[in-house]
Amino acid sequence: MNGPQDLGGAMGFGPVRPEADEPVFHAGWEARVLGLTLAAGALGHWNIDASRHARESLPPAVYHASSYYEIWLRALEALIERQGLLRPDAPVPHPRRLSAAAVPAAIAAGTDYARPVAAPPRFRRGDRVRARNIHPRGHTRLPRYVRGHVGRIEAEHGGFILPDAHAHGRGEAPERLYTVVFDGAELWGPDAEPGLSVSVDAWESYLEPV
Amino acid sequence: MPHDHHDHPHHDAPPDPMTERVRRLEAAMVAKGLVDPAAIDAIIETYAEKVGPKNGAAVVARAWTDPDFADWLRRDATAAIASMGYAGRQGEHMQAVFNTPREHNLVVCTLCSCYPWPVLGLPPVWYKSPAYRSRAVLEPRSVLAEFGLELPPGTRIRVWDSTAELRYLVVPMRPEGTEGMDAGALAALVTREAMIGTGLPKVPKRVPAGVPS
Repeated sequence: MNGPQDLGGAMGFGPVRPEADEPVFHAGWEARVLGLTLAAGALGHWNIDASRHARESLPPAVYHASSYYEIWLRALEALIERQGLLRPDAPVPHPRRLSAAAVPAAIAAGTDYARPVAAPPRFRRGDRVRARNIHPRGHTRLPRYVRGHVGRIEAEHGGFILPDAHAHGRGEAPERLYTVVFDGAELWGPDAEPGLSVSVDAWESYLEPV
Repeated sequence: MPHDHHDHPHHDAPPDPMTERVRRLEAAMVAKGLVDPAAIDAIIETYAEKVGPKNGAAVVARAWTDPDFADWLRRDATAAIASMGYAGRQGEHMQAVFNTPREHNLVVCTLCSCYPWPVLGLPPVWYKSPAYRSRAVLEPRSVLAEFGLELPPGTRIRVWDSTAELRYLVVPMRPEGTEGMDAGALAALVTREAMIGTGLPKVPKRVPAGVPS
């Protein structure tokens, strides 16, 4: 979706302000939000793509007025509400509640997002491709600033779960994933900084041959 | 004061709204058996104390001192990094990108905050900020200047936008004057910013006497 999360190339946000000796958390509640988000994710009612979509679906004014952990909190509240996990008739305790003892293994294992794809790759390293000019109403990971622009396939990574389907309960629908490199001038025209190139990782259906 | 909680250890300031909001949510989730507070503590402890940029610095220092490892890191970063014990959530599919005199690498996630947790820990606030996410792909040289990093004009900049589940680790060039240093000493030079691309490794403090300038 063309939501507030899609920030590449936007202007007006001011300078980047690195903080010297930055703490991992700036308040106790930020740490709790991280822990709650990861522990709630382990319940299995939503996946990482649905989480990202919940965050980008916040109203733009709310998204931009919120700190990052506040965005996470608001999205977590929305997901819990949508799934009815706090309703009186929900089973207690949840059968997949993450125990403290299981945390190290869960973090160490992560989630493998790679999936086999039988069809041969449509594109090869070196091919020129155009990022499609598409504007899905749902979740996508093709940023606006590359749409319609021509780049070059630098690498093919095999199959990966397609976020556009996965975020919306339409299965994993794996597709091949490519690293596509764009010249700065192709993206930004004469205002591009010299010597710039930018790559995105794009699923096959995001791309068309040139 | 009717709302004064005498059992609360802090009397100097009322809880702020976010603290209260999160506390209420956690209490409801615990009451419903959705989360175990001890599991929340364990997650926090992992990222506050165990996982951080020291992991990535060890990977970089080893790549500087072990050409076979550097080659492995280039070919299969996930496996090479996992061999050092760094793996898992938000590092499932790793790629190492090596700076050269001709090209400098910079990592961003314009769409959210994708970041290689097992090697760098949780991202700093600036990495997640709209200012960085919007400008890194448009005017990286200006962004780097705000970090105090001025690259030679002839150095190309390659920006990696982490739009999928690949997570990027920048391997900076080994600083000059570090020839005699072992991997442990080298790792102390490798900053988080150097592994994102918004900085370079520190240069060694000690300059041996008698070295011609």
